[in-house]
Amino acid sequence: MDGVPSATVTQHAAFADAARVIVSAEFVRAAGATDAVAGIHPQTIVEPGDEQELSAILKLANEYGLAVIPRGGGTKLGWGNPPMRADVVVSTARLNRVVEHAWADLTVTVEAGCTIQNLQETLAQHGQRLALDPLWPERATVGGVLATNDSGALRLRFGALRDLIIGVTLALPDGTLAKSGGKVVKNVAGYDLPKLVTGALGTLGAITRAVFRVHPLPKDARTVSCVAGDLDDAQRLLLAIQDSQLAHSALQLRYAENELPELDILFEATETGLVAQIEQLGSIVAPATLTDQGSEIWKSRQELYAEANSSDMQSVVAKVSVLPSCIAKMLKFFANISVNSGSLRHRAVVQATGLACVLCEGSQANVDAALHRLRTELEHDGGSLVIANQRAGFLSAEAWGAPGDALPLMRSIKQQFDAKGTLNPGRFVGGI
Amino acid sequence: MDARIVRELRAIVGDRGLITSPEELHTYECDGLTNFRVMPDAVLLPDSTEQVQAILRICHHERIPFVARGAGTGLSGGALPVENGIVLSLARMNRILEIDLLNARVVVEPGVTNLAISDRVLAQNYFYAPDPSSQSVCSIGGNVAENSGGAHCLKYGFTTTHVLGLEVVLADGTLLHLGGKTLDTPGYDLAGVFVGSEGTLGVATKIILRIVKRPECVQTLLAAFPSTNEAGAAVSDIIAAGMLPAAMEMMDNLAIQAAEAAVHANYPQCGALLLVELDGPAAEVQALMMHVDEICRRNAAAEIRVAQSDAERALVWKGRKAAFAAVGRISPNYIVQDGVIPRTALPQVMSEIDQLSRQAGIRVANVFHAGDGNLHPLVLYDRSIAGQEEAAEALSYQILEICIAAGGSITGEHGVGEDKKMAMSKMFSEPDLETMQRLRCAFDPLRLANPTKIFPRPRLCGEKPGKYVAHPLEAAGIAERF
Repeated sequence: MDGVPSATVTQHAAFADAARVIVSAEFVRAAGATDAVAGIHPQTIVEPGDEQELSAILKLANEYGLAVIPRGGGTKLGWGNPPMRADVVVSTARLNRVVEHAWADLTVTVEAGCTIQNLQETLAQHGQRLALDPLWPERATVGGVLATNDSGALRLRFGALRDLIIGVTLALPDGTLAKSGGKVVKNVAGYDLPKLVTGALGTLGAITRAVFRVHPLPKDARTVSCVAGDLDDAQRLLLAIQDSQLAHSALQLRYAENELPELDILFEATETGLVAQIEQLGSIVAPATLTDQGSEIWKSRQELYAEANSSDMQSVVAKVSVLPSCIAKMLKFFANISVNSGSLRHRAVVQATGLACVLCEGSQANVDAALHRLRTELEHDGGSLVIANQRAGFLSAEAWGAPGDALPLMRSIKQQFDAKGTLNPGRFVGGI
Repeated sequence: MDARIVRELRAIVGDRGLITSPEELHTYECDGLTNFRVMPDAVLLPDSTEQVQAILRICHHERIPFVARGAGTGLSGGALPVENGIVLSLARMNRILEIDLLNARVVVEPGVTNLAISDRVLAQNYFYAPDPSSQSVCSIGGNVAENSGGAHCLKYGFTTTHVLGLEVVLADGTLLHLGGKTLDTPGYDLAGVFVGSEGTLGVATKIILRIVKRPECVQTLLAAFPSTNEAGAAVSDIIAAGMLPAAMEMMDNLAIQAAEAAVHANYPQCGALLLVELDGPAAEVQALMMHVDEICRRNAAAEIRVAQSDAERALVWKGRKAAFAAVGRISPNYIVQDGVIPRTALPQVMSEIDQLSRQAGIRVANVFHAGDGNLHPLVLYDRSIAGQEEAAEALSYQILEICIAAGGSITGEHGVGEDKKMAMSKMFSEPDLETMQRLRCAFDPLRLANPTKIFPRPRLCGEKPGKYVAHPLEAAGIAERF
């Protein structure tokens, strides 16, 4: 990056040597082409074996003035802005244990590098789950999902990670290894650092372990879908279902140009409860009708992300947040932009919470302009648009949008936790 | 307090908004935890965000510490004034500013009472979910400060789950917006950090809350068990069966006696009462309630009642909600404790508390949020008997140590405040506490916002500026500093 001197070759060599004193040599290696972070190439990859090692490596890099990119499964490394510097990738691959599943207490303690799927499989042995459906669970790790605050359709009923995390251990660049929260569901002792680091994109500390409250697996589940006449109809149905006394676990709206919008509703209950609720839902959506749907429909969001990652066309996925009552307005605004710029296509999966995943394909200039206009419009209404897969050099737009009047405070917090700007420099809001 | 400063403060809030007479200040010398008392220099009652800003600018300029106060019902001394400081009462900022039913959000000022929100949206079949026992009087601002819980947070979550955004005035008078009406506003989750910070990070002047649709059906089961062991086993079985009730509450025999004496809830006399509330779609609730009933019987429940109507439910809850105050009927003085344990440790912790209670010759009544392991042991004593108060305090502290040793917490919902700051060192290591205080240094580097609470040893935030000294011309009223 212009204007930012990269660490010298000798510095890197000295760091790698010192790192091999902390971590056995085989777990300190030179970075390869696939280790690039949004086009920025780090020099060294370190895989610490436990949280003390991770803490020591982070401290070492901080002392050497090297920028550190914490990495879990690497599924969302393109999120946020490209880093200003990237010298050392600290991988949590070996911190992958489920430390304690206290199933009768409805809690689990897990290391940051454990994949979501491994965690879920462990929890399922006692009929429980982390009530979260993030992207790519087979590769995404606890730490990465926390840092990016990823959430899916289940958020409607069970809340986001902020509502599920009850404790965290953090490694700070100055070598501090600190716990916050605890391993009981209810606890108000001290500041809520688990929430501070959830969604902080690894800019304040490296998450080494987390404690979550877990939920029972549903006794039975069923998904039904309903085709809406148009966007206004879909909006009306969505709000009517939200205003009902149904206890659905998820409700999403799928939208693609030139197709009728569809709503998917997930019920999780006893068999008796399911039948009764689907009957009630039928009368809410009438004259539209309900059809049975397979559970794979809840992968729709992930499919949009996957398409953006693999597409030959230039495409971008944005995480959009609006009020639930403004979903149709947002989608129509996008449709209007598309009509006016021929080469732009878009699709969206929108949760009833107002969180949407919008895929936007087209020429660089068109995508850029469309996202900019949509972001301006959304921010005017109190919403936001965050670009999830920033491809190096593709967009002029910054990933996060307007940070609001709390930015100076956020900078002070960053200063307190990471004074030298060691962790993920430049990737977060306002250049943090 | 300096007469000049009093004049400046009066200019902001007027005569009606400033209290300086000692008789009136007495009202504010403590909160719900009455064994700590400090007289503030002044109490200010602003009625707008602008007034709060103006007051805090003066505090910042003059280095005057301040303590924000809602209804003063807190039980950990969070609203206890600090020496040479002022109290900022938010009682007059009590407007419900906006109700957005389409999006299930409300915007309120901090002085609005918890229950007023539910009352306002009752006709539309919505409610505000967190329900601390003091909900008819406690304020939302206080709930935000303490991250208040309540009986129903097992299913619905705590205050923090329901706060989407905040307008906040920092200790230097800066106005900020944290979070918002939409989810996941870009940046750090500072609304999440602010909730539960016990007034040490600033003052919330507007709060965006989530409201929840009332469930179609609510049923409450009351079961009488021989002892807390059987009742605890029933709770375990309910959880093992994959159910998440809206609430699970337990009372031991002494607490039952107290509740009966106070509000005549018509509870059965037994070793332990368990109250299980299920809510949701009617068919689902009915199916699950049969299962709960069966589990209770299997665990030796002698008597089971299911309250179906609102009136019946209200009666069942009456005794539980009144339990703290009710203890006053069987003991002249008592300490309300608020520890948390992993729920499975309940039998062991109960027997340890029982043993300590016998050794000390001090009775302990127990009320629990059984689903989440939040214990409220009520330590009963008589202040007029020499040495009893000290013995009760010692016992109360030992109970916290038991909770920590069991892997729990020193507070589930009442907060650390003044009361438990020394226990923080038992629960957290020095680096843990030091890391938390970095956050405070970012929000309030001069430590003016409720400075003596939560932490056993306050951390200095870099160089601490000396006390502001007025220029002689200023002091003489000749010049003014802006």
